[in-house]
Amino acid sequence: MSLDRRTFLKTLGVVGLSLTVGDVLASEDKKEKSIEFYGVLYDSSRCVGCQTCENMCAMANDVHAPDGKPKTGLVRKTDEGHRTVINSYNTSKGEVFIKKQCMHCNDPACVSACLTKAMYKTKEGPVIWRGEKCMGCRYCMVSCPFDIPKFEYFSSNPKIEKCTMCFDKIQTGKAPACTQDCPAQALKFGTRRELLKEAHKRIVEHPEIYVDEIYGEQVAGGTAFLYLSPVPFNELGENTSLQNKSYPELSKGFLYSVPSVFVLIPPILLGIYEATKNNKNKENDENE
Amino acid sequence: MKTNNINIPISKDNDGESIFKFLMHELKPKGKIFTPFNIISVPIILIGIYLIIVRFIFGIGSVTNLTQEVPWGLWIGFDVVTGVAFAGGAYVLTFMVYILNMKKYHSIVRITVLNGFLAYVFYAGALLLDLGRPWHVINPIIGNSFGVSSVLFLVAWHFLLYMIAQLIEFSPAVAEWLGARRAHKILSGMTIAAVIFGITLSMLHQSGLGALYLMAKDKIHPLWYSEFIPILFLVSSIFAGLSMVIFEGTISHKVFFNQISEKNLKAEKGILLGLAKICAGTMFAYFFMQLLVFIHGKHWDLLSTPMGHWFLLEMLGFVILPMLLFIISYRLNKILLIRIASVLTMLGVIMNRLNVTVIGFRWDAPIRYYPTLMELVVTLTVIFTEIWIFRWVVNRMPVLRESPSWAKKEK
Ligand code: SF4
Ligand code: SF4
Repeated sequence: MSLDRRTFLKTLGVVGLSLTVGDVLASEDKKEKSIEFYGVLYDSSRCVGCQTCENMCAMANDVHAPDGKPKTGLVRKTDEGHRTVINSYNTSKGEVFIKKQCMHCNDPACVSACLTKAMYKTKEGPVIWRGEKCMGCRYCMVSCPFDIPKFEYFSSNPKIEKCTMCFDKIQTGKAPACTQDCPAQALKFGTRRELLKEAHKRIVEHPEIYVDEIYGEQVAGGTAFLYLSPVPFNELGENTSLQNKSYPELSKGFLYSVPSVFVLIPPILLGIYEATKNNKNKENDENE
Repeated sequence: MKTNNINIPISKDNDGESIFKFLMHELKPKGKIFTPFNIISVPIILIGIYLIIVRFIFGIGSVTNLTQEVPWGLWIGFDVVTGVAFAGGAYVLTFMVYILNMKKYHSIVRITVLNGFLAYVFYAGALLLDLGRPWHVINPIIGNSFGVSSVLFLVAWHFLLYMIAQLIEFSPAVAEWLGARRAHKILSGMTIAAVIFGITLSMLHQSGLGALYLMAKDKIHPLWYSEFIPILFLVSSIFAGLSMVIFEGTISHKVFFNQISEKNLKAEKGILLGLAKICAGTMFAYFFMQLLVFIHGKHWDLLSTPMGHWFLLEMLGFVILPMLLFIISYRLNKILLIRIASVLTMLGVIMNRLNVTVIGFRWDAPIRYYPTLMELVVTLTVIFTEIWIFRWVVNRMPVLRESPSWAKKEK
């Protein structure tokens, strides 16, 4: 058995590092920029449930027009043909509407899950899906805490469908379709920083209208979609038990340990191998 | 050198020459055609192939029950996650034999590595069936789109590299079959490097399969979700793999009886007792960890729910019980008991993996996911095809039988 230990270890080390260090660097510079992302502020105290946003979205993105109207007690879901829905809830303050779509997380679980970078957090803030890369593994769906990416189960060339914050429009300096014609001005497009300021202002000026919470400020590490509401968010069907840490944080520990395993384990194994090698003949005799 | 009557010359020294003829001859089936296994497996495989075609034409939804909330079902939860745990025997045994130099287990290394290799090819291959856009599977490999922050990226790469490592570990058997002496020498020389690399990769992707589910924190039942899933998966893969070795050994000793030398038949008992001991030890460690995780998670109240009973059944009936059986069996030298314990252990591992990936995943969803019969048939197709190939190889290459004498002398 001839083995050049030095080269062997070097190769292992390089493989291990290149498999992991890249992402450590990548995720760090992402965080610093997160503050200037674009976002959308949705004020459910203003929303009248007219579904203009749903219709605008369907037209702009060539997906299906809304099927049915928001009705209390009925939870409509986004699916492979509908990127956003308005639902109605019977709350402690009467009927309140709430819009649902991708939250465009600051540190999105779906992006960190995607092994092809098909799910991609653009530097402008929207999280988009790129079909030429996606291999349809659906790990993004497993990971997204809001259950947003949807898959075309009945297609031979299935796509992942989700809101893209109309990234194509944003690139040309326009606002997302859903925010454009809202008759109640419940949807506002801007940078996340401005929108947060605006949201805080509304809460301070009208404490009698709003609960003192902005859904999206903290949840899942912060999201680009921000929600204001007259009632606690669990009354509007939002999962309020989601953590405030970002979700990719959960698997960071594991990913960080990978290089050390690659650096530590092979030499240990090699060491044991060298130490026990000489027993070979002895044990052989016993066995025969 | 001892010679056995079963030491049939596998191939003549045909370095180069009539290799084509030899291969053509080897491709023909050996043995009886109408065995019970064949009669059951062939129709299922044919139906499975039909279903796979349907799946590629009409989409994954046409054969599976997967939903938007439960995007991974039986094919990932059982074929990939559970199948790979069972294939863990290969890294554990190569560690024992090549690194710790425990000669006793040498006679079962080859069959275990073969089993592991085929398991990876087929069960990890089952992943392809589950991909919606499999033609892009090459993207994370050739490097135009490295999603390096993805656990799945890591797992996919490790699968690939580990398959290569296992192929190298097994390749001397192929060389012996073909009578390729020079290649044999080179390939044998690469074994240790492949073993070390393979063990490292295995540790990472066995735990990585658990780490896949870390981000699904709010979707998995709290009794099965913890930040320690990776380490629990790693430790349980040790006894999962070894139980599979015991179980598979039981069957191959019956089926391939005539290929095993007397010496190895005699050694079997010692091997099984040794494996039983290791299983018991690791299961104890595993149970202890589960206990700590449970106490740490403070979920006492959940134990009285139906899911809690299910959890207790898994822990007591399929971890503690087989562990005790393993202990008793090696104290009393009872081989039958070892075999029973190994089956219980395997059931426990299946339960555990499915609990994390399927049963406990979105356990609170109004519409639960149940696999369709069709998903089951495809899963069986994958397993049966693997067994066919396995049998084909064992019948031809020196996997269970002794290596040809020239290969032995070389060492
Ligand atoms: S809500 Fe889900 S799909 Fe949208 S960015 Fe966050 S993790 Fe991704
Ligand atoms: S389904 Fe596509 S977008 Fe989602 S994780 Fe897999 S490759 Fe990425």
